Amino acid sequence: MPRGAPGSYPMLQDILVTGLVNGGVYALLAIGFSLIFGVARIVNIAHTAFYMLAAYCFYSLLVKAGLGFAVSGIVSVAAVTLFSVLCYRLVIEPVREHESAVLIATIALALVFQELMLFSFGGHYLGIPSTLDGVVSLAGVSVPYQRLLILVVAALMLVATWALLYRTRLGLAIRATANDIEVASLMGMNVERVAMATVAISVALAAIAGVVVAPVYVVDPFMWLAPLVTMLAIVVLGGLGSLKGSLIGALVIGYVEAITVFALPAGAFLKGAVALSIMVLVLLVRPEGLYGVAFEEER
Amino acid sequence: MMRSFLMAVALLAAATTAQGQGTVKFAILGPMAFVQGENHWAGAEMARDEINKAGGIAVGGRKMQVELIRADTNEVQSVPDATNATERVISRDKADFLIGGFRSEAVLAMQEIAMDSKKIFLGAGAADARLGENVEKNYDRYKYWFRVTPTKSPDLFRSLVAILGSIGDQMRQSLKKDQPKVAIVAEKTVWTEPIMKALQATLPKMKMEVVGTWQPSAVATDVTAELSAIERAGADIVFTLLSGPVGISLGRQMGERNMKAVAFGINVEGQKDEFWAATAGKGNFVSTLDTYSEVEMTPKTIPFVRAFKERYKKAPTYTAATYDAIMVLKAAIEQAGTTDADKLVPVLEKMEHVGTAATASWDKRHDLIWEVGKTAGIGVQWQDGKKVPFWPPQVKGMQPFKMPAR
Repeated sequence: MPRGAPGSYPMLQDILVTGLVNGGVYALLAIGFSLIFGVARIVNIAHTAFYMLAAYCFYSLLVKAGLGFAVSGIVSVAAVTLFSVLCYRLVIEPVREHESAVLIATIALALVFQELMLFSFGGHYLGIPSTLDGVVSLAGVSVPYQRLLILVVAALMLVATWALLYRTRLGLAIRATANDIEVASLMGMNVERVAMATVAISVALAAIAGVVVAPVYVVDPFMWLAPLVTMLAIVVLGGLGSLKGSLIGALVIGYVEAITVFALPAGAFLKGAVALSIMVLVLLVRPEGLYGVAFEEER
Repeated sequence: MMRSFLMAVALLAAATTAQGQGTVKFAILGPMAFVQGENHWAGAEMARDEINKAGGIAVGGRKMQVELIRADTNEVQSVPDATNATERVISRDKADFLIGGFRSEAVLAMQEIAMDSKKIFLGAGAADARLGENVEKNYDRYKYWFRVTPTKSPDLFRSLVAILGSIGDQMRQSLKKDQPKVAIVAEKTVWTEPIMKALQATLPKMKMEVVGTWQPSAVATDVTAELSAIERAGADIVFTLLSGPVGISLGRQMGERNMKAVAFGINVEGQKDEFWAATAGKGNFVSTLDTYSEVEMTPKTIPFVRAFKERYKKAPTYTAATYDAIMVLKAAIEQAGTTDADKLVPVLEKMEHVGTAATASWDKRHDLIWEVGKTAGIGVQWQDGKKVPFWPPQVKGMQPFKMPAR
């Protein structure tokens, strides 16, 4: 059979199940990114670096210190969230007024985290045991329980984030600040504190993703780069500021990648490039994304 | 006063020169934050300590100590970092010999710099055939290059085919299947291309059906889509050509899915002791071409592997053959009575060296001459947390190859 020829497959059910499961993984990562980037308009490039820190923290506590899943998970999420607040006060807040400066500062922050992990753990690839072992067959496709757990956690986080944004005073403040920071300030809101809370919530979501998703991937100092690119594509595709858009975007990217691998096996390495091409295409054709607000109407 | 000062300076300079002449400097080039570089350095340290403890290298009737220069090439992340490190050890550290390298793209560039300075460079990590082809095409320029480990990629292919034939025979017997199905999973990098093309042409001749070729990125951490497709295609063997973290993902995710296919090929991560932990204990049955194990490939293999484990608390990977590289150079220097590169090249060309990783001799491209039991490497398989050697079967200490229960 010629190179890359798919033969009697791709099978529809393979694509449907694989795309859904991988879309769930991306959705969990994208929710926090959507909140910080899409809603609060803070271009925090270090978002997935916090995800990496959480994965390393979880690995250290679970594998090295021998603490249980629950304790390791809770401590990791709490520690990384608190650390993010510190980083916000020291690095992001002083340059918050200048978007490009925030962009550069958070890139630097991410690279510092990467080098720190490289220095502390070396370039070794580390594995974290699955929280749930075992596999289930969905439409003839093997799906590990850990991936189903990710789907469930992603759904719960999506609902929780939506409730926070649309059913609480803090959520109202976050949306108001994102809409017009000056008016929000004039209305008596402490915009700096709101921004800090947004960073903390967003990083907490990244840390939860780190704890739940890391067991299906490999933990290494560069693990933050690939998801960052995918997250950017998802948030742009779904529309800045739209949680629903992020979910749809995550599923679309999950399915596009699955279709790429199934239809073009020898081009499996292109799946990231395909996701980025979609992002560029969306920016050209529909800059506001699927569910976002047009840039002209942002403020 | 001035005369005394000048005399002191002159004496100091003479002392420094004399001290410099008392050592032979070996630059060990590798990605030191990564396991490949760690093993480059560890193998070199073992050679240095052994030689220095025995009095050093005899150079024209004079004993000289081995001095190592540790050069972090960072080549996994950056080829320019690797070339800068190579420039530095030649121009600033005044290295006499260069040893190491891992990533073919980087080593090709490092080779140019070494050849510019007419420095002997013993490769201990990269498989790209062009490194040796350069010697054949332009001998005068590239004659200072020799490959110590691994064999060039076409020879890796010969080893892989030999082992695959053995696995295929076992599979035909146990599965009662005349034509086992093979899925090729090769990361998208320069070293996999020639092996992959040759495989696609060769496997049908070996009565094996190629059900497809998947090429994930070398840094991919998720191959679930690929594995779904491979499972659906009914593959019996997943033939791997993987040097990056994707090797861990593949092993783990195959285990999580309870796949009945067995993975064999090159899986650099699978060669490491840390593989089992990195796959969270899911990498059972993953097998790979490898270099070191406690088997009698040469009389020196078992003592070296045991001493390495004793000192570093883990088994060596193939880049630890920097040990052999230093020993090869020691033998050549002692034979030639000099460290002069031009005089050492013809000595190296005629040498047969019984090392720890292989019994090495070189062809006109300064590539290792491939031979089963000498330079072809070994097959190892992960079985319940242990890396078990299984090929070539005639070597003492080999154990049976196992397949997942069906």
